[in-house]
Amino acid sequence: MSQITLNVNGAAQALELEPDMPLLYALRNHLGLNGAKYGCGLGQCGACTVIVDDQPVFACLTPCAGLQGKQIRTVESLGSAEKPGPLQAAFIEKQAAQCGYCIAGMLMRAQALLEQNPHPDEETIREHMAANLCRCGTHLRIIEAISLVAGQHGSRP
Amino acid sequence: MSESTGLNPSRRAFLRGGALLMAFTLVPMARRALADTEVDTLGTVVLAPDLPGSLRTNPYLDAWIRIGTDGITVYTGKVELGTGVKTALLQIAAERLQVPASALNLLTADTALTPNEGYTAGSHSIFDSGTALFNAAAQVREMLVDSAARRWQVDPAQLTTADAMIEGPAGQRMSYAEAVSNVDVHQYAKAQSPSLPAADFKLIGQSLPRLDIPAKISGGAAFVQDMRLPGMLHARVIRPPRPGCTLEAFDAPAIEALAGVVKVIRDGNYLAVLARDEWQAIKAMRSASEVARWRGGDAIPEAADIHTLLKRLPSRRYPISNNGDVNITGETRFKARVTKQYLMHGSIGPSCAVAWFKDGMLTVWTHTQGVYPLRAGIAEMLRLPPERVRCIHTEGSGCYGHNGADDAAADAALIAMRVPGTPVRVQWMREQENLWEPYSSAMVAEVDVGLANNRLQDWHYELWTTPHNERIVNAGRLLPARLLAQPFTSAPSVPIAQPEGDGDRNAVPLYDLGATRINMNFVTTMPFRTSAMRSLGAHINIFAIEASIDELASKAGVDPVALRLAHLSDPRARAVIERVRDAIDWPHKNSEPGAGIGFAFARYKNIMGYCALAVRLRVHPQTGEVRIEHVVTAVDVGQIVSPDGLRNQVEGGIVQSASWTLYEKVAYDAGGIRSYDWSGYPILRFTQLPKKVDVHLLDQPGEPFLGAAEIVQGPMAAALGNAVANATGRRWLNLPLSRSTQPS
Repeated sequence: MSQITLNVNGAAQALELEPDMPLLYALRNHLGLNGAKYGCGLGQCGACTVIVDDQPVFACLTPCAGLQGKQIRTVESLGSAEKPGPLQAAFIEKQAAQCGYCIAGMLMRAQALLEQNPHPDEETIREHMAANLCRCGTHLRIIEAISLVAGQHGSRP
Repeated sequence: MSESTGLNPSRRAFLRGGALLMAFTLVPMARRALADTEVDTLGTVVLAPDLPGSLRTNPYLDAWIRIGTDGITVYTGKVELGTGVKTALLQIAAERLQVPASALNLLTADTALTPNEGYTAGSHSIFDSGTALFNAAAQVREMLVDSAARRWQVDPAQLTTADAMIEGPAGQRMSYAEAVSNVDVHQYAKAQSPSLPAADFKLIGQSLPRLDIPAKISGGAAFVQDMRLPGMLHARVIRPPRPGCTLEAFDAPAIEALAGVVKVIRDGNYLAVLARDEWQAIKAMRSASEVARWRGGDAIPEAADIHTLLKRLPSRRYPISNNGDVNITGETRFKARVTKQYLMHGSIGPSCAVAWFKDGMLTVWTHTQGVYPLRAGIAEMLRLPPERVRCIHTEGSGCYGHNGADDAAADAALIAMRVPGTPVRVQWMREQENLWEPYSSAMVAEVDVGLANNRLQDWHYELWTTPHNERIVNAGRLLPARLLAQPFTSAPSVPIAQPEGDGDRNAVPLYDLGATRINMNFVTTMPFRTSAMRSLGAHINIFAIEASIDELASKAGVDPVALRLAHLSDPRARAVIERVRDAIDWPHKNSEPGAGIGFAFARYKNIMGYCALAVRLRVHPQTGEVRIEHVVTAVDVGQIVSPDGLRNQVEGGIVQSASWTLYEKVAYDAGGIRSYDWSGYPILRFTQLPKKVDVHLLDQPGEPFLGAAEIVQGPMAAALGNAVANATGRRWLNLPLSRSTQPS
């Protein structure tokens, strides 16, 4: 066990963790954050996607030990069910979920794109989102929801 | 080699429950045309055959609706699988109670609280539970109005209801909660419910935002995976390298000594670790996998020979449709072999469950499709009376059929019994889900069909399949129970009867045919464990039928859409076809090289939703890679409850079926299953999506609900096959539609 301080959604969290623990388990079990999901543990499906500094990363593969001093953001940082952020609101408006297990990861990967490129075209969105899998076939709505925010000129995601 | 080749109807599932064809009406006097036997194959008993929907199996009104001072609670035995059914059922109940949807609390499947509606499967939820609520809610409302009328001594016809209040002609007001105090809702439902013209619907037919989405986009506790109970321990299971292995040696003390490990469980070939922290459990599982020494194991067949093997293995032959006189002289013929590989459900979230054995009662939170059958299976496995086991449905990742959900629940139950008083959460790892979920069966079909004078003549179709319905009818159907020192054995396999069908689902074309010789060879020795996956055999059967229609049309020089229309008299079938034909400007196709257009049609199970679909695509001339340009579909599922929910299901079905049809097959060789992760079992990614999808909804106000979730799987596969043939001039009949799967 080591004391590891993680900065998650703007708050510093001092945790007693095994240093090889992937970020996913620290978020879920030590910080009680449900957004990032276990899907494959291999970085192949993106269900665990969170943003570290400004990059989307696979929380299932990223050991906590290397994350001290970095800014970690999960879907919980975008807003709440009662007060959804713009991208979350777009997902609600487009009803862009079926089972929804992949959706928090989708939101974070899309958020990372929109922060760097606020108005991506559809082709860019498809390329960027290819790291994340959805089995229900909700892809078209996910693209619509991202495009909705991407098309809102002057607004920030 | 076959065990028998004759009909043995006593082995058809529909007789097990004692139920034959069941009539169904949405509203009184609607036409009674539907059969539904699947529910009866899945553990429910028909008590009231004359009642609509699941009132047949749960006829008491208070099984569905209870009104108290704490509000109105609506109960369903169905579960939310990610289809939006919870919201749709709420709309139906609220419509008929004449209350706002927000006034209702809806509880889904829980063996302590809700009706037993068997499995949530087969596009049956709105059909069964929606119809039950449509009627039960109206009957309860009528009882409340009658109660107020008696109190006020006025004619009930003079009363109105709104927002859970009853109003009388003199301005009297009474809440539903007050009115219910003079009513006994514990009554058998009546066959006839108060009528409500579809034109007066306020909620049915509206796209209410789904209740479950806000939590899912914000990190709410939306899934069983998100449950955290006080003092909860984390478990992981260690499975053998393949079925049939024996655990020869295992150094349990070495694993028990690892950090955080609370217990190591070994029972025969069953192995699990229990730790305080999930990461510790995973590390202990990995160490345990390294020290466990297994021997033996079932032989795994060669993938290249699987379809030949299926035809050789012991099977029972079921006649499906054998009508008319066969006359095979002098007409256009199409003869072919069509094959499908093993497929995975491929849930994004591996299966998970939480169990807690406390004060002699075992509670299991599970994403099973059927809490009641699961309860019976777990109770038998643990030798507990069923009333000491409670299964509560809690959402998981989408399952699309019988995946690892029930087995993971059995894991949690077994492990929780070893630590009484302590809740246990177990989740499978990705490779465990991929290696141990029941697959969708590999199949082979032989087609020999004829056309003469532009009329479909004799239709020969011989099908080989392993089971599609290995649901939990005994403990042996639960994988962990087979690994125990005193193992349980799976109940004999039984196919679901026609008209629902099993591997033979949609094996009978809806088209007018001169003569049929359609038979299923039900292979009972499974090289791989197989069970239900969205649409069962309909995926390959519709693919094969629609390929045959196109080939016959091509040989005879007639338009394939016109040929379909010429053999369909049902106006609703014709309507979806004509809508798609016109919307895609059939048969116009892109003139670029490699471009193709394909059409397909089916009515799901020949008794449920209608779907016509056309695809425009391009096949890369060098690589054979398929790019889908445009999909147009028209669907008719009867009275639409939620247009957007229906659209979401259809869009998802198109994408999922495209993935199955173009890319998917379980890879294996004599050494084992190779598809243990997403690199070994690639599914469609964003870059492979259709560029454009248009969904046309043909509403049928006031007509029965027909169900939507599975109607597009077959037509999408078939239209892809026909479009590839149109693009390349070559008929690919081996799924998936990649060059490497076709004979050289």
